[in-house]
Amino acid sequence: MELVCPAGNLPALKRAVDEGADAVYFGFQNTTNARQFAGLNFTDRRAREGIDYAHARGRKVFCAINTYPQPDGWALWTRAVDQAAELGVDALIMADMGLLDYAARRHPDLARHLSVQGSATSHEALRFYHDQFGIRRAVLPRVLSITQVRDLAKQSPVELEVFAFGSLCIMAEGRCYLSSYLTGESPNTRGVCSPAAHVRWEETPQGLESRLNGVLIDRYGEGENAGYPTLCKGRFEVGGETYHAIEEPTSLNTLELLPELAELGISAVKIEGRQRSPAYVSKVAGIWRQALDRLERAPGRFHAEPAWMTGLGEVSEGSTTTLGAYERRWK
Amino acid sequence: MSETPTLQLSLGPVLFYWTRERYADFYREAADWPVEIVHLGESVCSRRRDMKLDDWMSIGRELAQSGKQVVLASQTLIESEADLRDLRKLCDNGEFLVEANDQSALQRLSSAGLPFVAGATLNLYNPATLSVLSRAGMRRWQAPVEMSRDDLTRLLADCREQDLEAPCEVFAYGHLPLAWSSRCFTARRYQKPKDRCQFVCQKHPEGLALRSQEAAQVFTLNGIQTLSGACQDLRHEVPAMAEMGVCIARLSPRHEGMAEVVAAFDAARRGELAEPDPLSLVDAEICDGYWHGRPGMDHSRAAGLAALG
Repeated sequence: MELVCPAGNLPALKRAVDEGADAVYFGFQNTTNARQFAGLNFTDRRAREGIDYAHARGRKVFCAINTYPQPDGWALWTRAVDQAAELGVDALIMADMGLLDYAARRHPDLARHLSVQGSATSHEALRFYHDQFGIRRAVLPRVLSITQVRDLAKQSPVELEVFAFGSLCIMAEGRCYLSSYLTGESPNTRGVCSPAAHVRWEETPQGLESRLNGVLIDRYGEGENAGYPTLCKGRFEVGGETYHAIEEPTSLNTLELLPELAELGISAVKIEGRQRSPAYVSKVAGIWRQALDRLERAPGRFHAEPAWMTGLGEVSEGSTTTLGAYERRWK
Repeated sequence: MSETPTLQLSLGPVLFYWTRERYADFYREAADWPVEIVHLGESVCSRRRDMKLDDWMSIGRELAQSGKQVVLASQTLIESEADLRDLRKLCDNGEFLVEANDQSALQRLSSAGLPFVAGATLNLYNPATLSVLSRAGMRRWQAPVEMSRDDLTRLLADCREQDLEAPCEVFAYGHLPLAWSSRCFTARRYQKPKDRCQFVCQKHPEGLALRSQEAAQVFTLNGIQTLSGACQDLRHEVPAMAEMGVCIARLSPRHEGMAEVVAAFDAARRGELAEPDPLSLVDAEICDGYWHGRPGMDHSRAAGLAALG
């Protein structure tokens, strides 16, 4: 199984490669990728340097162009595709059907991966993307249980990549418009969710309050850990109860599922977090490298080392991790 | 008699979980409403099984007899082999057009050479994508809910320039469908596992309000689906829609007062809407932000409506 790691900038890319990533993924500094953060992502020159670094060490580089080209910006997206092709990346990660079609016609020999933003949750959907655009691989949304992944893997016409670790989207990716409802900017249109420019923190007599474009997302009492106000992870009132009505602030960690994922024939595990620091990338990549190596050497005797789990827990959102939808009970 | 309006009205599928009797009553009434298109079917949750495909088909036949164009809406989030089996039956119904709300449906329909309607969750944001689907058999499409009037105007103009025949539908009224999850938020509220949810969403025929700790309604929970807290109302934009080339305005069914909603939009498309319109159609907050290129929850006329309320 390939270990695919996030590269929000050049130092992160190098650390991921140094720690044993088989592939790294990056985006350009504009709205063409789903992690558009200030100070993040790559210029042409930086990308070239990163690709050289990875290729010199026998690793692959994928370019994420996985937002949806907007009516006024088609050329921005096709330019990103052409630019990535010219840089010599090993694959493009895309979601938009028009852009997939463009890439398939313009750069037929460059591998196309379906982004998680393409919302493919069945083998029929995968077949559509495969037959229409010749995708080689697809990244699965984080909404399927392990049994559902198993059924899908049996009939998938393409390689599968699954999310292994990092932030947990609990909505079917690519079809979540909650962020633009509150802020005007969404993953699909701008490559952002709950964008920082709309976040306000305020100490009040009721506690520390976090707001997203004026909407109160959460309020923290003394001693409570305050997390980033991602809109689906706040505490809201439903039917007279105030609780994490959608999801707790937790991260996904599938380390203990590794043997099962390998047995299903999953081709790659993906680490989320282009917005995270090089130190995060380094630590997570290192632990997953050890785990994958251990799995390969002795698949029958694999278990998740407590030290690995502790290490990953330290860099997790809310310091807690879950198997998410992979585990049926979570739903 | 006024002349036939250029803008058609459609009823979206009922997004909430109602009882069999309620669906039957609702569509019996709808047969007489001034809408040209009716979308039928369960598009949200596969566990909602009160209505089988045959039930939808017989409602569809009655509506067709009343002169409505009937479209069967496919499930948006497909997760299991069982979901795929239901989807195949829907696509192979042999009688009615299907709205594809997922690429699984696109695959099924396009490989069978069947024409289809492209739903809003297929994420059609540009002419290149519309062109792909047009080649695959698309008859018409619904714009993503987050698309603004200006973006849509540009997109429709580009389509005309490229001779791309793609009639467009806009979500004009109702709580906006914003997200789908494998987790059921209604069952979560009742502290029940999804697999044994006891169909608690049937208790909430217009969803369950999710409010901030300051009592602002932010979202509406509807099983695995999350809708907007405010109700989108583009009544006053209907003339602009017709002018820019939108073909259909979609009205999303609500449990009470839907006849009045349809009547208001029918008046709007005939240019007979009272201005200012003193009747708020619902208790919920109104929004129209997406249309104006702003956060979806914003409302351009809120001050006016509140003053009149």
